[in-house]
Amino acid sequence: MRDHPLVQLTLARMREFYREPEAIFWVFGFPIVLAFALGIAFRNRGPGELRVAVLRGAGDSAVAAALARAPGLTAALLDSGEARLQLRTGRVALLVVPGDPVVYRYDSTRTESRLARLEADEVVQRARGRADPARVTDQRVTEPGSRYIDFLIPGLLGMNLMGSGLWGVGFSVVQARTKKLLKRFMATPMRRSHYLLSFILSRLVFLFLEVAALVGFGWWMFHVGVRGSFGAVAFITVLGALSFAGLGMLVASRARTIEAVSGLMNLVMLPMWILSGTFFSYARFPDAMQPFVKALPLTALNDALRAVMIDGSRLSALGASLGIVTAWGVVSFVVALQIFRWR
Amino acid sequence: MLAPPVRCAGLAKRYADVVAVAGLDLTVNARECFGLLGPNGAGKTTTIEILEGLTAPDRGEVEVLGMRWTGGANARALRERLGIQLQDTQLAEKLTVEETVRLFRSFYRASHSVEEVLGLVGLEEKRAAWVGKLSGGQKQRLAVACALVSQPELLFLDEPTTGLDPQSRRQLWDVIGRFRAAGGTVLLTTHYMEEAERLCDRVAIMDHGKVIALGTPRSLIASLGAEHVVEFALADGATRAPSPSELAALPGVRAVRPGLDRTALTVAEVHRAVPALLGLLERRGAELSLLATHHATLEDVFVSLTGRQLRDA
Repeated sequence: MRDHPLVQLTLARMREFYREPEAIFWVFGFPIVLAFALGIAFRNRGPGELRVAVLRGAGDSAVAAALARAPGLTAALLDSGEARLQLRTGRVALLVVPGDPVVYRYDSTRTESRLARLEADEVVQRARGRADPARVTDQRVTEPGSRYIDFLIPGLLGMNLMGSGLWGVGFSVVQARTKKLLKRFMATPMRRSHYLLSFILSRLVFLFLEVAALVGFGWWMFHVGVRGSFGAVAFITVLGALSFAGLGMLVASRARTIEAVSGLMNLVMLPMWILSGTFFSYARFPDAMQPFVKALPLTALNDALRAVMIDGSRLSALGASLGIVTAWGVVSFVVALQIFRWR
Repeated sequence: MLAPPVRCAGLAKRYADVVAVAGLDLTVNARECFGLLGPNGAGKTTTIEILEGLTAPDRGEVEVLGMRWTGGANARALRERLGIQLQDTQLAEKLTVEETVRLFRSFYRASHSVEEVLGLVGLEEKRAAWVGKLSGGQKQRLAVACALVSQPELLFLDEPTTGLDPQSRRQLWDVIGRFRAAGGTVLLTTHYMEEAERLCDRVAIMDHGKVIALGTPRSLIASLGAEHVVEFALADGATRAPSPSELAALPGVRAVRPGLDRTALTVAEVHRAVPALLGLLERRGAELSLLATHHATLEDVFVSLTGRQLRDA
């Protein structure tokens, strides 16, 4: 059993991987570093304090004092030149010019500025004696799964499956080809199917560790949970890993040099890094692009992972996404086999 | 009677703009060590890779161990019986010697144990070392170990000792010697004369994709009609140099080959030719800067056939 060619080929794959410290970092360390950095940078703090400037002049101190008392606002008295500069550079969200009428200067395309205008106007109107006719109370809630990190972890998982699938398979195949190792194997009775299967098997072994590391880190550091079943997550990640292994095989099927395959990999991966909703929602792209974006394998994989991890969906509800992922894998693999350069 | 281990006829292969093999017939007999000898670009590697079933010829017939390269199960059955070392394979650097041999061993039904094959090539002490840490000679012996692990009947070696130091070369020769002693047949390519003379029962000298001479090393050298080569060069260049016809008229001289920096004479009797040469030079007032004699080698055979040196041809 131990000396079965498939076992030996798979062991060789795995040894070559774990004896390469750089590879370990890029597969296991990098996504965790990325999750950590982005999770910290975009943690939910609310909008924070908004800085508002009041132009020096008649009645300025009364307005500034009223603004400063309002929760969520700080006010500064500034001269006209300084006020313009700070407004332009975004250090104040709004410039209030006291008088009659009161003038608000701000950039209406900035969310912060519009918020500051609403808050400041509230203060100004009440100071002039406005009374609110309706009684209201606030109830603040934080919905689990609504934070950025909850969105990010499944995306990073998908991106990692793509990266290690493409690099893990594509790079090794082309390296074996440039070093004439592939040709040497062809000079033995080795079965080609064993060679290709060994990539799939070693991917599956490392896949388990990759997923466990990232999901475990997300849960431990940011309490990112999995709402759906772990079985569903396992199924989707295995499917994704196989699909990207197929794509990796396709990318590597003809390339003769490492440079050529690196270029092809980036050509394949770069659009998906940007378009497939790893770091931000792909809904931001124009409607005309949506059919294309949704047809990408990483988009479908990310959608499926988020549906299970955030919304707790069942696999049966994910037919379309899983279908896209499977189709990419099967088509790539079949084409790769047809055009594969075995020497 | 059993089919010869290798038989090919009318082999031809051309790449886009180069004719690599231009009509080649060979037969390698059982238990023989057969050498393909020739300069770089002579078509040795293309020829051996066609015989190994790795390259399809444009024309010609190949029979290896009585079988043809037809692909599929047939080819796999044939590969079970061959040992192949390729010229430029780089084995995975991060695998150990033992892991590498075990990997190749797993491809074959019948095979040596890892211990046996490492013993055959003298790498027992390196079994736990990473391939990347081995010396050039050790890597080459490992490549041969991967070829021997299948207990092959026929061993193909493509430039097995190129780039190795003399000691590593001799170690590899010993490995090949032991394989032959156990009854194996070897087909190897080389551009080292010494290696061909030392290892091979028969040699085919190749140039421009063709066999230009075939025979035992001894018979090829004997075909020069003389057993020694005298080389000389003059300190003051060509002005006082004797003409080729004068040299050819000296006693015992069979052939004259003027070269760029020296002139080579093929001679039957050194003890008569050298004094006559010195006398001739003295009469012309020419001053010697170099005088050397050596037994004729396959190199001299190649030079006499092509007018070029093997090494820089």
